[in-house]
Amino acid sequence: MTRALLAILRRDLARLLRGSHHGAPGSGVALPILFFLAVAIIFPFAVGPDPRLLARVGGGVIWVAALLAAILPLDRLVEPDIEAGFFDQWALRGIAEEWVIAMRILAHWLSFAPALMLAAMPAGGLLGLGGAQMGMVEWGLLAGTPGLAALGVMVAAITAGLKGGAALAGLLVIPLAVPILIFGAGALAGGGASGLALCGAVSLVLVALAPFAGAGAIRAGR
Amino acid sequence: MPDPALTAQNLCCRRGDRWLFHGLDLALDAGEALHLTGPNGAGKTSLLRMLAGLLPPSPPLQGQTGTIAWQGSIAMLDERPALDMALPLGQALDFWRRIDGARDLPLARLGLEALLDVPVRYLSTGQKKRAALARLIGQNARNWLLDEPLNGLDVAGVALIEDLVAHHCAQGGTAIVTSHQPVRLPGERSLAIRMPPAGGAR
Repeated sequence: MTRALLAILRRDLARLLRGSHHGAPGSGVALPILFFLAVAIIFPFAVGPDPRLLARVGGGVIWVAALLAAILPLDRLVEPDIEAGFFDQWALRGIAEEWVIAMRILAHWLSFAPALMLAAMPAGGLLGLGGAQMGMVEWGLLAGTPGLAALGVMVAAITAGLKGGAALAGLLVIPLAVPILIFGAGALAGGGASGLALCGAVSLVLVALAPFAGAGAIRAGR
Repeated sequence: MPDPALTAQNLCCRRGDRWLFHGLDLALDAGEALHLTGPNGAGKTSLLRMLAGLLPPSPPLQGQTGTIAWQGSIAMLDERPALDMALPLGQALDFWRRIDGARDLPLARLGLEALLDVPVRYLSTGQKKRAALARLIGQNARNWLLDEPLNGLDVAGVALIEDLVAHHCAQGGTAIVTSHQPVRLPGERSLAIRMPPAGGAR
């Protein structure tokens, strides 16, 4: 079982890092990160270069960009593997869908969160965030991104096989991500440690529930 | 001495408001093969997926919901090879090899030896089917469920499947094979699923 789960995690990670079927190696991770940095670069052009204004809203911008970066690969998180028959083959081998989904959440998180947290540093610099604020952003991303990953995989499993599922998945994730966003960005606006703790709590609940919800959705869709 | 490998009772399948089959009993002993025939849409694939545990039996009009009991593990081959299209065939097969703990796959016999470096998406339909067969054999399961395994295979490929099934059954395995084409299976047992009269249960 452990051997099978490790093989699945390895494959998931390689697939997510590789990106699309025809993409160059690494394009899977590079694209959301470039997107994230592009948002941080373009934002000061849009609102003007006032450093106080930028410092006040910069943390929030980073959070919104993080959410969008987590949503980008939604359409290839679950559906291609259902269509190709992978989930059926795992079920025949007695590997529960819950485990497969849990591995996928971990792989999805690994594929975007660490790179995002690195990219947040130059992004924070561009937005003129101070050192203390930057620390809050990083801790907040660490607390919140597992929840975003779980949410993404869960919604991808629920919408797999639906017509226009990818667009629907994005629409479903955004309202459900609001608590993470409120507490994560709220920690910057004076919520401090309690904001971080609540962000982490929401995140943990999502990580705990998503494997069961996602597995149920896959079984119901057979 | 008979050694039951599969005992299935009172299987029913309802899709929407249509019964595909109703009250179907099926038994296979170790070493037996069954050829499942029937027109398109009769429920052959649904029956295979039900036997594989992927589709729950529908509750019948009366009596208990059907039961399925297998001895030993189950492997299934259908129209989806479950191999990563972007990866070279060798790596795509290695994924399942790691999961199944399989050692040697009969790649030469399947005609795949020269294709290991070719990405799966460049393989032809028949080559993908052969690759899926390699995956199936590597699983080393006692019971095989083959859904239209002959689709896309050349004459040699059909003979290969017949040989593989015969060998598998000779070693005490079982196989249930759906196919529209004639296929030579050990024992020559076959079951025809007919379309039930509209609205009625058979």
